[in-house]
Amino acid sequence: MIGFLSTAGAGEPSFWLPSQSSTIAQRVDSIWEFILWLSVFFFALVVVLGARFALKYRAARGQGTQATTDHNTILEVVWTVIPTILVVILFWVGFRTYIDMSTPPENAYEIQVTGQKWQWLFTYPNGYVDENLHAPVDTDVVLVMTSEDVIHSMFIPAFRTKQDVVPGRYSKLWFNATETGEFDIYCAEYCGTSHSDMLAKAVIHPQDEFEPWLAEASNLHGRFPPVEIGEMYYKRFGCKQCHSLDSAPGIGPTFQGLFGTMERLTDGSSVLVDENYIRESILNPQAKVTEGYAPVMPTFQGRFNDQDITAIIEFIKSVE
Amino acid sequence: MSTAATTRDSNYLNVTKGALSWLLTLDHKRIGILYLVSILSSFFLGGMMAMLIRTELLTPGDTIMTADQYNQVFTLHGAIMIFLFIIPGIPAALGNFVLPLMLGAKDVAFPRLNLLSWWLWITGAFIAVASILINAVDTGWTFYTPYSTTTGTSVTLIVTGVFILGFSSILTGLNFIVTIHKLRPKGMTWFKMPLLLWGLYSTAIIQVLATPVLGITLLLLAMERIMGIGIFDAALGGDPVLFQHFFWFYSHPAVYIMILPAMGVISELISVFSRKHIFGYKFIAFSSIAIAVFSFLVWGHHMFTSGQSELVNMIFSALTFSVSIPSAIKVFNWLATMYKGRIQLDTPMLYALSFLFLFTIGGLTGLFLATLATDIHLHDTYFIVAHFHYVMFGGTVIAFLGGLHYWWPKMTGKMYNEKLGRIACLILFVGFNVTFFTQFVMGSRGMPRRYFHYQEEFTSLNQLSSLGSYIMAVAFFMIAGYLLHSLAKGRKAPANPWGANSLEWHTTSPPPFDNFDGREMQGVDPYDYTGWKYDESIEGYVPVGGGDGSRDSR
Repeated sequence: MIGFLSTAGAGEPSFWLPSQSSTIAQRVDSIWEFILWLSVFFFALVVVLGARFALKYRAARGQGTQATTDHNTILEVVWTVIPTILVVILFWVGFRTYIDMSTPPENAYEIQVTGQKWQWLFTYPNGYVDENLHAPVDTDVVLVMTSEDVIHSMFIPAFRTKQDVVPGRYSKLWFNATETGEFDIYCAEYCGTSHSDMLAKAVIHPQDEFEPWLAEASNLHGRFPPVEIGEMYYKRFGCKQCHSLDSAPGIGPTFQGLFGTMERLTDGSSVLVDENYIRESILNPQAKVTEGYAPVMPTFQGRFNDQDITAIIEFIKSVE
Repeated sequence: MSTAATTRDSNYLNVTKGALSWLLTLDHKRIGILYLVSILSSFFLGGMMAMLIRTELLTPGDTIMTADQYNQVFTLHGAIMIFLFIIPGIPAALGNFVLPLMLGAKDVAFPRLNLLSWWLWITGAFIAVASILINAVDTGWTFYTPYSTTTGTSVTLIVTGVFILGFSSILTGLNFIVTIHKLRPKGMTWFKMPLLLWGLYSTAIIQVLATPVLGITLLLLAMERIMGIGIFDAALGGDPVLFQHFFWFYSHPAVYIMILPAMGVISELISVFSRKHIFGYKFIAFSSIAIAVFSFLVWGHHMFTSGQSELVNMIFSALTFSVSIPSAIKVFNWLATMYKGRIQLDTPMLYALSFLFLFTIGGLTGLFLATLATDIHLHDTYFIVAHFHYVMFGGTVIAFLGGLHYWWPKMTGKMYNEKLGRIACLILFVGFNVTFFTQFVMGSRGMPRRYFHYQEEFTSLNQLSSLGSYIMAVAFFMIAGYLLHSLAKGRKAPANPWGANSLEWHTTSPPPFDNFDGREMQGVDPYDYTGWKYDESIEGYVPVGGGDGSRDSR
């Protein structure tokens, strides 16, 4: 029973709740405990009375019925008014904390989030994109979120926060992590086949280590060979939604064995798929569209630099 | 037919024979039985899906199926249980049988409409189930856009089925409203009606007013899928959150379509088996109406994390709390009814006591969800799944089973094995708590719902939950076993085995074709049991003044 009613703390989950790792978590948990005790009290009241009556007044069949009062207005008003007062209190404390949960502080560190089937992408102020959420401890952080396809929901249990991520609009979620470490991120709104694999981590860094981490992580070209960087971009920038790697039909041509072939274009001419053609297709996709496909690809002008484009070309070359 | 009904051995079950005499019957009792068989078949199907879900979740990874199959199975579990079983459950099956009898009437106001409702149900159910066979559906029972407008499965077909089922529900509601208004016997004022009728009346109001909104919503969904008109899909210029508003505008009141008749059944059971007048009749009656009214004003509490404005969330949180009050009032009144009673712990009463226990947990955990700050964490986790099942299964299904056992002698003319009845109730109670209490803990610890894979840390809780579901399966097979056995070998039921006083117990078990052999019934106080005494020889109650109670016209 002690475990049953124990309190969660920083780094230590309780019987009911995960660890308490954000400023808001502590406030949510104290409301949780208030409701829990209230519920335990009323549950015990109903069950004890119910069980006591059922045993005490249990009677053999055929005993005459007993005439007792069948209403008592004062009693009934009392048990209407007391719960009413209690729920008004609950409403008020829940609302007060909720308003603070849903109002991001000014000057919070901003991270852009995209939800898509079935992956989270976090874009940092310098343009770097990561599959996990990295943030400094003891800092207000606001996530500005939107979805590429269906509704998703950003859920970080240790921070006691959740917000739906809806296509066609932006929603916001903020937190201030109180301890460093890794915390689970789930997608909480059902989104299809791999809904339960749409996971990520919230990695909370010490304050003085966050900027160095970001600088290091952003320096992709210093850390990875071009082919791997190309593959990362392929996954993170939406290429994979249209271009398959295994000849599966898609909105755009498959990348499998594409490099070095001759493609027929919509105007009837042909072009050799080489470095220059791929570069042109990324920066000005509508210039030469392969026959059989609609001219729907967006331009990536300004989003990739020359080094990035080289990496993507190297990746496409590698898909055989 | 009326001549056949005058002989003593003729009853509604044997008055005519042949499949057509059932499929085209206008008798509310037979239609009630048709519904009963239909919804129990659906319950079996939905239950099988539940077993598949719990078996899949025995391990954190893949266990017996693929992710897509899992998504289809939980969608079907939800859709079948909600639309085919629990919404028509008490009103259309038990209600159809009992409502006219309680009114001392020959039938509902519109018997042909009643038969049409059942045929619409069959048509809708057939289409919905056919959508499984043609191309499974994987949207969840909530059909959220834009997922439901973009997935390749046969959403349009199942939505058509649900659309038709909606009309079945509307017609039943309409029929009950008119019947209660027009066919009450002399002496039965509104406040002398059995409380089940207040429950069914409130339910019928919701069915008539809310179900059309579901119909319109599903029609818009179909239009978007078929014609590409942008209503909900942001890519077509629509608003996905609009769908949620429309959907919950029906589906929240629908939760009360499910629970209000259950509360009515419990009011009957607790009073009858406490051998004592119901306590606070008017508070219980008005609380049903209050719940029906409030139920239309709380849909937004399903959407606290959807991105709707803080002001809207605040209003819906406040309104949601207001629904908890009438529910609490009922619980206190039931307890007060038991106080100083002469309590008989027969199977129906055990279900009523289970209901008190489980519904209290279901109601109290609702407080965590109505409170904005805590709901944000709990929304879309297993805490919701557990809360929902405590109210819908621990509440409605348990009350349905209590009612089924209570009226079984009246419906079939046979008594079931009482001892097995009590044991099965106990097994079900244990299995239920093992299955669903664990889910509260998973949920508050952060496990989201509709997850095919889950984190290792939730393994033991999931396995415990699955174990509970197998225990429940055992109980259900027991119940099916002894009830079916009673049809063939059961002891003949007396007219009034429980000593109840509502009018359905003033006729034979099973009742004759025209319910009361042409007697003109008058309203009585349904909760005054002083007119009945126990007769050992028939193991039932007889009027104090003599006779077996099935002949007097009071």
